[in-house]
Amino acid sequence: MPVDPPEGAALPAGKGARIDLSGMTKRYGGAVAVDDVTLTVEPGEFMTFLGPSGSGKTTTLNMIAGFTDITSGTLRIDDRPVGAVPAHKRDIGVVFQHYALFPHMTVAQNVAFPLRQRRVPRAERDRLVAAALETVQLPGHASRYPRELSGGQQQRVALARAIVFSPRVLLMDEPLGALDRKLREFLQLEIKRIHREVGSTFVFVTHDQEEALVLSDRIAVFNNARIEQVGTARDLYERPATLFVARFLGESTVLRGTATPDGSRSRLDLDGFAVRASGGVRSGPAALVVRPERLRLEADESDAGGGGNAIPVTVVEEIYLGAARKLEVLLPGGARGLVREQAGTSSDLRVGDRARLCWHPDDCVLLPDDPTTERILT
Amino acid sequence: MAALLSPLSPSGPAAAATPAEKGGGSRGRARNRPFLLIVPALLVLLAVFAYPVAQTFVSAFTTPSPGTGNFAWFFGSPANVAVLTRTFSTALWATVICLCLAYPYAYLMTVASPRARATLLLIVMLPFWTSLMVRTFAWLVLLQDTGLVNGFLGLLGLGPVSLVRTQTGVLIGMVQILMPFMVLPLYSVMSGIDRRLLTAAQSLGARPLVALLRVFVPLSLPGVAAGATMVFITSLGFYVTPALLGSPSEALISQFMYTQVSGMLMWGRGGAMAVVLFAATLLLIGLLGLAMRAGRRGKAGAR
Repeated sequence: MPVDPPEGAALPAGKGARIDLSGMTKRYGGAVAVDDVTLTVEPGEFMTFLGPSGSGKTTTLNMIAGFTDITSGTLRIDDRPVGAVPAHKRDIGVVFQHYALFPHMTVAQNVAFPLRQRRVPRAERDRLVAAALETVQLPGHASRYPRELSGGQQQRVALARAIVFSPRVLLMDEPLGALDRKLREFLQLEIKRIHREVGSTFVFVTHDQEEALVLSDRIAVFNNARIEQVGTARDLYERPATLFVARFLGESTVLRGTATPDGSRSRLDLDGFAVRASGGVRSGPAALVVRPERLRLEADESDAGGGGNAIPVTVVEEIYLGAARKLEVLLPGGARGLVREQAGTSSDLRVGDRARLCWHPDDCVLLPDDPTTERILT
Repeated sequence: MAALLSPLSPSGPAAAATPAEKGGGSRGRARNRPFLLIVPALLVLLAVFAYPVAQTFVSAFTTPSPGTGNFAWFFGSPANVAVLTRTFSTALWATVICLCLAYPYAYLMTVASPRARATLLLIVMLPFWTSLMVRTFAWLVLLQDTGLVNGFLGLLGLGPVSLVRTQTGVLIGMVQILMPFMVLPLYSVMSGIDRRLLTAAQSLGARPLVALLRVFVPLSLPGVAAGATMVFITSLGFYVTPALLGSPSEALISQFMYTQVSGMLMWGRGGAMAVVLFAATLLLIGLLGLAMRAGRRGKAGAR
């Protein structure tokens, strides 16, 4: 269990490990908690596992930490297979949602705990503890007991304890889940800063899509024990690979119909009208996804032109958001659409008005239809 | 104080329940109302416990003549002091053995499945629901030279060991009888310890055994203190078990008191022994409390 005595800076940057998950599966009796997950987390990367509860993201984290046995598949950290290495020998820092601070130890004793386990000499230990508490901006609380601290402070102590031994991998299981919104947003920025400072590979589990967008280099979206898609926030938002990803991350209008190839594009037949979409040419049942800011409402009858899609709609709801407004529209056939208009470029449409819903075929994605997303998301 | 005394007025505890009281009354009286609930128990304790104890203590200084004669008698005889010492050492042994047996047992209860836990609890409680007298006589049957225990030892080729009328026999009986008083407080504290802390300790580099010793054991100490105090104090006043299983030549203080009071009608001497036992117990518990507090402060100040 090497603790590299750092030169100069207490917590040197650029020492993250690479994590390779290959075909990782966890079964509990007949139930599959994690199904054939393959993923590589790059050294120093901030990777977020995002998904609804029960999607397998925490189980995957627990397998990386060594708290849960792997049923099948391999786990490598820096090309070393660690599936059979017990948790206390993996040198991985873990931060839990419930803090898991030792109530009978002071803040300093809590943070010193991993160093004592590694037989770090006293003087060195004191220096590292002070540096870690400095990093989480909690100096001067060293002799307090956890129960004397607020939730946010306790989570900072837990963070200090997890980074004090300079682990090359830091795992966080919904660490901000128990905190109120304001504090959560503040600590997100803190975690981002600490990630930059310590340079370890971070794996962060959350069910909060905003949190994932704020923090991550890349996001792995979990659903139903599998990874649906891995990519940057932009990839996931603009090029979702599955209907589940499209609906879980951000808002969108989803139109279901039957696709047929149409030149370089696809044609999607809906109830009584048809639209065109670019991208993967598919045939059969399909779902078209458009983000609200890509949609435009035109009050007049003039054609959008340029091969754009245009559907007659009725405005049924308006939500005022200050910098923007959201309009819900009713499409022929009963489907609903969501349009976001920036303040200043808004149309004058009101609830009850008829209009045309327009968008460019390049601004939407055509995905295989997946009726199971309805069940999970609603 | 006035509010506390008011329920002792002629109308008594029953007044608390009358509708007239419920409707009116100042805020202060309303806040003190829960105290009324303990009044019946308090009265019973005063009448059948506090008064006789006070009487006994008074008699230690007044019977047969006023003064400290009874105490001079007690401390004047080395045999008496030896009995006191033996009583404390027996109680200490009983406590230590109980703790060693009960700690793993209570730990097992916290990790067992709900079904297994219920069974384990039943095993502890079942003897507890049987009469003390019956259990002690059962031990007498088991432990005598021709009893089951010696029969089994004989099968193994070990000669008969005299267990009845020895300190060992007394300890075996006491430990078995006092076990629930150790297991239950231990279990109640242990079941409140967050086991996820052990997972956290392992993630920080502690071997499972180290995690247990550094995290679980310190957090279980309040249960150890509660159980040990309970067993120790109960052991000090044990009468039936030492009387039946022990040797008259190695009597404990409660048997001595019985001899003095019942056999020789020396109420004052019995009272004096009770006072000495009471004072020694208080002193010991006080010292234990101080040591624990100092230990906690020492740990807190260590870093």
